[in-house]
Amino acid sequence: MPGPSPVVALDGICKAFGPLLANDHVCFDLLPCEIHGLLGENGAGKTTLMNILYGLHRPDAGRIVLWGEEKRVESPRMAIALGIGMVHQHFLQIPTLSVLDNVVLGLPNPHEPWMDRRGARRRLAETAKTYGLQVDPEAHIWQLSIGDRQRVEILKALYRQARVLILDEPTSVLTPQEARELFAALRLFVQKGLSVIFITHNLEEAIATTDRVTVMRDGRAVATLPTTATSKAELARLMVGREVLFRLQQRTDREVAGEPVLRVERLSVMGDRGTLAVRDVSFEVRSGEIVGVAGVDGNGQSELVHALTGLRPCAAGRFWIGTAEGTHASPRAILAQGVGHIPGDLDEALIGELTVAENLALDVHYTPVLSRRGIVDREQMRRRARELIRRYDIRVPSEDTKVKALSGGNKQKVVVARELARQPKLLIAAHPTRGVDIGAEEHIRNLLLEGRKAGMAILLVSTKLDEILSLSDRILVIEKGRIMGEMQRQEADVDKIGLLMAGSEG
Amino acid sequence: MTMAGAGKPIKAAGTGRVSDLRPVGVLSTLAIVAVAFALGALLILAIGGSPWQAYRALVVAAFGSANGFAETMVKACPLLLAGLGVTVAYRARFWNIGAEGQIYAGGIAAALAGIYLGWLPAALQMPLALVAGVVGGALWGLGPGFLRARLKVNEVITTLMLTYIVVEVSSYLVHGPLRDPTSGITISPQLARAAWLTIVLPRTRFHLGIILALVMAPLLYLALNKTVLGFQIRAVGENPRAARVAGISVERTIILAAVLSGALAGLAGAAEVCGVQHRLVEAFSPGYGYLAIAVALLGGLEPLPVVFSAVLFAALLNGADAMQRAAAVPVPVIYVIEGLVILFVAARSLKRGVGL
Repeated sequence: MPGPSPVVALDGICKAFGPLLANDHVCFDLLPCEIHGLLGENGAGKTTLMNILYGLHRPDAGRIVLWGEEKRVESPRMAIALGIGMVHQHFLQIPTLSVLDNVVLGLPNPHEPWMDRRGARRRLAETAKTYGLQVDPEAHIWQLSIGDRQRVEILKALYRQARVLILDEPTSVLTPQEARELFAALRLFVQKGLSVIFITHNLEEAIATTDRVTVMRDGRAVATLPTTATSKAELARLMVGREVLFRLQQRTDREVAGEPVLRVERLSVMGDRGTLAVRDVSFEVRSGEIVGVAGVDGNGQSELVHALTGLRPCAAGRFWIGTAEGTHASPRAILAQGVGHIPGDLDEALIGELTVAENLALDVHYTPVLSRRGIVDREQMRRRARELIRRYDIRVPSEDTKVKALSGGNKQKVVVARELARQPKLLIAAHPTRGVDIGAEEHIRNLLLEGRKAGMAILLVSTKLDEILSLSDRILVIEKGRIMGEMQRQEADVDKIGLLMAGSEG
Repeated sequence: MTMAGAGKPIKAAGTGRVSDLRPVGVLSTLAIVAVAFALGALLILAIGGSPWQAYRALVVAAFGSANGFAETMVKACPLLLAGLGVTVAYRARFWNIGAEGQIYAGGIAAALAGIYLGWLPAALQMPLALVAGVVGGALWGLGPGFLRARLKVNEVITTLMLTYIVVEVSSYLVHGPLRDPTSGITISPQLARAAWLTIVLPRTRFHLGIILALVMAPLLYLALNKTVLGFQIRAVGENPRAARVAGISVERTIILAAVLSGALAGLAGAAEVCGVQHRLVEAFSPGYGYLAIAVALLGGLEPLPVVFSAVLFAALLNGADAMQRAAAVPVPVIYVIEGLVILFVAARSLKRGVGL
């Protein structure tokens, strides 16, 4: 094969976590002096693959070839010695120490037991100069902005003479300004001979900054393309997949949906970074219909769901559940309006240390269903749990098992069972099948369809396009917090949605 | 599909859960105590003493006579009540380290009630003094609880600082406004007789407050495991995010846990004043509130085992002098054993990644 030989070649990497295949025969190669984007949804297996390259995980199968030689990378220490550096999403720094101390932390020291701070400072200054990364070496980490802290993390890797730099979702914590500076720095790095792997789920960044892109989906590398030869729409389609699985129960396209249950009017919600994450959004969900919200992760979906469930304040606009306004209501008041909420994150849904029965009772333990005058009827709680375990086919040894012992699929079934047991008139389901195995996925999707048949209004937020297409009556596409388009299911197709997800109008 | 934790192979410090502070079983608690005593025995041997004699003297002094047993229980009483208070706070992930201050707040309130409410019917005085103590302690827990829940102020700092304040207040009272003019030392006048806690074992100091403390442990067990509030305290302590999503008010739960915690420690102070001192004495608590943290952690934050660890620490406090007299083993050996127990308890939680 012509062209330069790759600096990193991953060949047939497999890695399973329990029943989940996180990496399924993944092949990936990194050329010298390129910025290679690794694109995919959350959970597509990007980070797992890079953690394998960095020695944090061992592959179950597959080869790692570095600079033409097959290697076993058994620890990050070994990866660093081989010239690989990784900057994690969460910085591994000690806030009370200086930049210099953080950079040299853990490195062997030639003048043991004395520290050669002067030499270290000189080398750090040289590294910083070579790669154009300005940081005050004596500043304490806690004094620095997030962007500066990330620069320290990169310097740490470069100081250890990394020749391959892996950045895991580096822009997720940065302001747009800081992100632009980072991209400029990455360009300089490759001019100086480094190779960069850039993990992201942001299409725009992938297009704007990389030389080649590898798209991952469901643990597989589905395509590697030169960036100039592709488009946002194509990448979006590759990310979410083309195959729509129709293994679900026959759905009856009912006449017209009923009364509006959720009405949202010009809602805006502030995100964690102090900018609007949801901008001026209006829509409604009627009883007996499923409205799907499609979009690449991180485009305001979780802020929207949190606002609608009272977990995050609304910056502007209003919404109603039935006839009651929910705009400034507490989470409990909104639940009491007949709202079920399947959070996108299991850690928001379940308490691992409590039992299955207790988790199933989390929402109703204080109501007359399970308690009288402040005393919880534990027998009743366990009876009800056994009933729900049976009805929702949750596989557990007993209702007294701690939830943390369950598999991902069964955990999610506990959540779904709890939220459906209240027979809500509105169900807000965020990523209801994320992290679950195929069997549970099908089961949960069928439960949503049953709820719809029973007249429930369902707002389904998902990054899986097949899920949105096979379940929804209407589809909203969200991008950068705005609803870019709305369509009936009959008129929806993958290309159209892909374009809207990528931010192009219609 | 998401791999649990696959994206974050290294967990950030300080994200530990309350459950990490709790033991896997009774065995590990007993093992901690056994190893601490074994190491203490080595130390005694090293300084030329006889561990057998020393420990026998310790046990005989702590439990061997009616009076010894009573004195052990007199010390166990504040340790148990404050330990239960620490337990309920920690189960809600409210790191109250100011049980000492809450003991003082309760003691001062009980003393004021006992001194100034002498005109009330006799049958009311003792209950009222105890209630005053409970209220005083609860107020000292309410402040930090409120600040933490509403303004996210770190309770470790506020509970500790409030302790200094209230200890100085008690000192001011016995030097100034509350000083007994007939006494040469800085103490308050005696509480009205009717406010004293009844002696249960004649000719000892075993008072009614000890029974009260022993009743509180199963009560707290029931409160944590059978009531709505207890359910919410456990839910909030283990995962506040999920609790909030399920409609539980995290703020309210934290405030209530802080108040309950302060109330129990306040009762400890009231029992000490009404049952043992019978007046407000400067520095009437020799750090019971701090030792209560170790008591609660050794008990694995479970109310019933906390009874065991409170009695254990009380026996060490009570038997140390006797051991020195009978076996010529100096008292600091006991401090070493205490320290080892605390060290192992801390190590147990560190091992599971809790920065405490």
